Amino acid sequence: MASSAKKLPSVDVVLVGFGWTAAILGQELTDAGLNVLALERGGWRDTSTDFAVTFAQDELRYYYRQALFEEMARETLTFRNDPGQTALPMRHLGSFLPATGVGGASIHWNGQNWRFLPSDFVAKTHNTQRYGALPEGMTIQDWGVTYDELEPHYDKFEYLCGISGKAGNIKGQIQPGGNPFEGARAREYPNPPLDMVYAPTLFEAAARETGHKPFPCPAANMSRPYTNPLGVQLGPCTYCGFCEKFGCGNYSKSSAQTTIHPVLLRKKNFELRTECNVLKVLKDSDGKRATGVVYIDAQGNELEQPAEMVILCGFAHHNPHLMMLSDIGKRYDPQTGEGVIGKNYAYQIVSGVDLFFDDKIMNPFVGAGALGVGIDEYNGDNFDHTGLGFIGGGYLACWQTNGRPIEYHPVPKDTPKWGGKWKAAVAKNYLTSASISTHGAMMSHRNNYLDLDPTYRNAYGQPLLRLTFDYTDNEHKMSDYLTERATDIAKAMKAREIHAKPRTGHYDIVPYQTTHNTGGAMMGADPKSSAVNRYLQSWDLHNLFVMGTSVYPQNPGYNPTGTVGALTYWAAEAIKTQYLKNPGPLVQA
Amino acid sequence: MRNILTVVLALAIVSLFSVLPAQAEDTSFAKVERGHHLVDAGDCVACHTDAKGKPFAGGRPIETPFGVIYSPNITPDRETGIGAWSDEDFYRAMHNGVRPNGARLYPAFPYPYFTKMTRDDVMAVRAYLKTLPAEKNARKQPDLTWPLNHRVFMRGWDMMFFKPGTFHPNADMSAEWNRGAYLVEGPGHCGACHTPKNELGADKNSEALHGGIVQNWFAPKIAGNMRDGTGAWSIDDVVAYLKTGRNKSSGAAGPMAEVVADSTSKLPDADLRAIATYIKDADGGPDKTPPPLAQDDKMMVAGQAIYADSCAACHQADGKGVPGMFPPLVHNANAQQRDPTTVVRVILQGARTVATGARPTPFAMPPFDWKLTDQQIAAVANYVRNSWGNAAPPVPPDKVKDLRDTLGKKLNDGS
Amino acid sequence: MGSTLALDRAQARSISGEVPWQPDEANKPDIVQPGPSEFFTPDEGQFVDAAVSRLIPKDDLGPGAREAGVTTFLDRQLAGPYGKGSTWYMQGPWAKGTPTQGYQERRAPAELYRAAVKAIDDHCKEKYSGKTFSALTPDQQDDVLKGVESGDVTLKDVDGKTFFTLLLQNTTEGFFSDPIYGGNRDMAGWKLIGFPGARYDYRPYVKKHNQKLGLAPVGIKGRPKWTPS
Repeated sequence: MASSAKKLPSVDVVLVGFGWTAAILGQELTDAGLNVLALERGGWRDTSTDFAVTFAQDELRYYYRQALFEEMARETLTFRNDPGQTALPMRHLGSFLPATGVGGASIHWNGQNWRFLPSDFVAKTHNTQRYGALPEGMTIQDWGVTYDELEPHYDKFEYLCGISGKAGNIKGQIQPGGNPFEGARAREYPNPPLDMVYAPTLFEAAARETGHKPFPCPAANMSRPYTNPLGVQLGPCTYCGFCEKFGCGNYSKSSAQTTIHPVLLRKKNFELRTECNVLKVLKDSDGKRATGVVYIDAQGNELEQPAEMVILCGFAHHNPHLMMLSDIGKRYDPQTGEGVIGKNYAYQIVSGVDLFFDDKIMNPFVGAGALGVGIDEYNGDNFDHTGLGFIGGGYLACWQTNGRPIEYHPVPKDTPKWGGKWKAAVAKNYLTSASISTHGAMMSHRNNYLDLDPTYRNAYGQPLLRLTFDYTDNEHKMSDYLTERATDIAKAMKAREIHAKPRTGHYDIVPYQTTHNTGGAMMGADPKSSAVNRYLQSWDLHNLFVMGTSVYPQNPGYNPTGTVGALTYWAAEAIKTQYLKNPGPLVQA
Repeated sequence: MRNILTVVLALAIVSLFSVLPAQAEDTSFAKVERGHHLVDAGDCVACHTDAKGKPFAGGRPIETPFGVIYSPNITPDRETGIGAWSDEDFYRAMHNGVRPNGARLYPAFPYPYFTKMTRDDVMAVRAYLKTLPAEKNARKQPDLTWPLNHRVFMRGWDMMFFKPGTFHPNADMSAEWNRGAYLVEGPGHCGACHTPKNELGADKNSEALHGGIVQNWFAPKIAGNMRDGTGAWSIDDVVAYLKTGRNKSSGAAGPMAEVVADSTSKLPDADLRAIATYIKDADGGPDKTPPPLAQDDKMMVAGQAIYADSCAACHQADGKGVPGMFPPLVHNANAQQRDPTTVVRVILQGARTVATGARPTPFAMPPFDWKLTDQQIAAVANYVRNSWGNAAPPVPPDKVKDLRDTLGKKLNDGS
Repeated sequence: MGSTLALDRAQARSISGEVPWQPDEANKPDIVQPGPSEFFTPDEGQFVDAAVSRLIPKDDLGPGAREAGVTTFLDRQLAGPYGKGSTWYMQGPWAKGTPTQGYQERRAPAELYRAAVKAIDDHCKEKYSGKTFSALTPDQQDDVLKGVESGDVTLKDVDGKTFFTLLLQNTTEGFFSDPIYGGNRDMAGWKLIGFPGARYDYRPYVKKHNQKLGLAPVGIKGRPKWTPS
């Protein structure tokens, strides 16, 4: 349908959003000779201007006043646990912290970088084969792409980033010191693991003692200076403890800025426009092709940007939101179970165990975003779930990411929340505490979905996205199991006292958990049950592609970024080697 | 006999100044290409292009200690450029510093350096400039203090300080050294920044390449001294710096960033090696540095605390930096100059290493002017200049205050 | 090229050809200047002083929230964009919601504080023979705070639980944030626990397992040792 906005000169590719997936695509597609334009709703961001070493260490500003994050006043969502409730706006950020601005969430992530398991990509087939029928209402699906197909693209993303780690499985050979459960990889990580602080080494010893195989967690924090295959240089991590929620001041955390921008922004066939918010994707009169986008700039002008290809590179739920606002694809209806746009929203279920010592000094402020030791025995289908009443799992890790005091001041169970006793407990335990985290998967369920809110609007007058979401039995049983396993290892660490904190009750949008929102535009083999095909190409508009976790049919028990990177390179290759030669559907429906 | 041999050797060396041997350069394509290469070496585009203007069309304000001069349009436009000039007009401008109508040019245009270029080279430059698109951009009048706002006074200046003359190679030195000398003293005009000036803005010839103040930066000494010159850099180090914008010790920032981006990164390796050979051999004078400040000097104690808390995250606790990224400060020549202007300026306003195709990552040091007082900046500058075996004259807090005020004024008037 | 700062949201920019940069540009923090109150009235200031003194009291371990300047911190925060909730979604309609749906209070923090402080003082005057909160004994003050925290004390037109959650959160922020924001005076909060502050290089200490490091805290604007003396 046509737009009345002023029409700009056409480009080959318009990227909606300029985070990491857009930077990767920008780099790949400009190399293929295309004219690429990126439209970012937020502002320009770079190291020395926005999170320099002179002021990056500001817990209040960057976490509590959310300087790098999305402004709810402009765009947010409404939330309810249950379809029977009225969804209300998420008025300020809590559970998850999406970014706005150039570089997106790649600026403020921790750097915890994983691959999914081979079985994760065929979760439905694998689990039904092994354990029988899925519980009523569980709607997980196979992804349509396999781990083996993605392996070279995982490798490409890891070498782009300079991931610091120890391989566990090279071409089928299990490597001592690495994760023995991981899918086979072609070669070692580009950088060795980070130097380890005290607490994770205690966890490592206890994990071994209790029969597990611990390994250093893969980190997008550089263990040494690194030059990536594009010729971009990163510096060595200084364990400053201002990683997640913060930008890195000395170029030592992988991000769009530190891995791609220096090369991409020099190219004559690439342009970035900031403060330009895309309102809608435009379609031709047949509804079979996208013709471009309409966006509004900071001065309030509405502009039409025609393009040969449109690629949605917004964060997670923003992509399905835009598809709904643009009337692309069939909207999901939880009553009938039909439709795909908005279906299979998932998240993560996390819990932890706190440990309090008298005699061990941890120095928690010496930290990096992905500094820790993990075990993977309880992830995916790495263990026998028979009789446990759930599927899926997650990794356990002893991380030491920070000791920032507003957020981190652990006190034992039953300590009053304020007053003299609280103060004494904080002073006593700050330097000598540690924790074990569990990072659990989420299966998809019929009533966990996205649609448009009937009442509330964003700053542009468009309906807000509405999130209906809660944990189910599967998640609680799984998470409780992981918490118990973490408690077993915690006991072996011989603290003065431990405090297990399982995740209980309904999903609560208030406390921070993770920013691993997924789904709403899932990928798959069948257009009736997925929004995009295995190349992340829309089944409805062949020149529209969708990036990011939006395409996950459910969320495995690992941080999602590594797989986002791999899928982006996988899609870029399909575009370059197949689509550009012969524009049209890459998979016959 | 010896004289004849000298002349023959000199002629042989002179003939090496062409990219191609003299007899093969009659084709106009070869001449234009040679001219293009010389224009890269001369970095003409930098001064003759305004920030918002077309390349070589002039209009860029050039700050001098005596006021502002606007560069002229050297595209072939007949009314506002040099399209109506004859070959002789062009040669006289480059060699003698005079306009076709006889008026003197100001040495913001470094004709005292271009005078050294051979006539063939000057004509090659002209041939290249003639191929540029003609752009309309009329000359803006300079804004200079009296009496220099009258060009006639340049006659006196030229009489005192300028002697036209083509480069004479030194028969005792290698062909590579002589090529470097020609490039540095001729089209490269490195001394325009890197040689100190007298009160009337003329080069102090006996201190060639000993470093000089230019637009509130101190262009460091590039003669071959170990401590504050290029003595500790190998030929390869110099070449890497000029070609990629960085080497293991340093990254080109400030005005030199532009020189690398527009000029030296485009020169062939042989020319860069020649330049390196010449400057490393240049005499930078005796080392007159006093011994370093004592570790317990109150400036050093404060500077050490500031350094550990604010600088070590990039430059490392031991001052060794990360080669190719965050310059090492240990034995850093730029940090040990007799004039601390560059060190103080970089701390105040930050600096960014130039991005080149070979080394695209533009590492940027952030500004500290809002974070540190004049005393604190002086302390950490003193610490950096006098630690780890470094030694340099002390930086008084007033020096920081003056530079902060000067730079602040510049920002306030929109320039 | 113009400023690279993303401070001015009024301009869309086109960027092509290079990574933009200008010298002397940084989105530096807004540093609080000492001075008279910008938000709290004298009565409100008295309430806040007293309340934060109970939340984090002065004792043998060291200064409490009041001594650490938390009242100044709160004053400046509420006077600024945070007080106005300028980045929050403050469109209606308004409904109470479930606990898992978070803050649904119609008022932004500044208004909420204003209303809650008055409502609590009114409650105290009613219950304690005309005395405002700051005139009560510490034990009485603790009782009032606990009542507001649990909801046992009902306040007129104010959701006490929401207010208390905010007050406790903001007090913790004021006690532990960088001193440039007016609280954590002399880095008292950081000294209490042994947090070294705004440092950025711990590489020499990574392998010092189980060792007391004794690192003096430093703020974004430094520490006493930075000034030559």
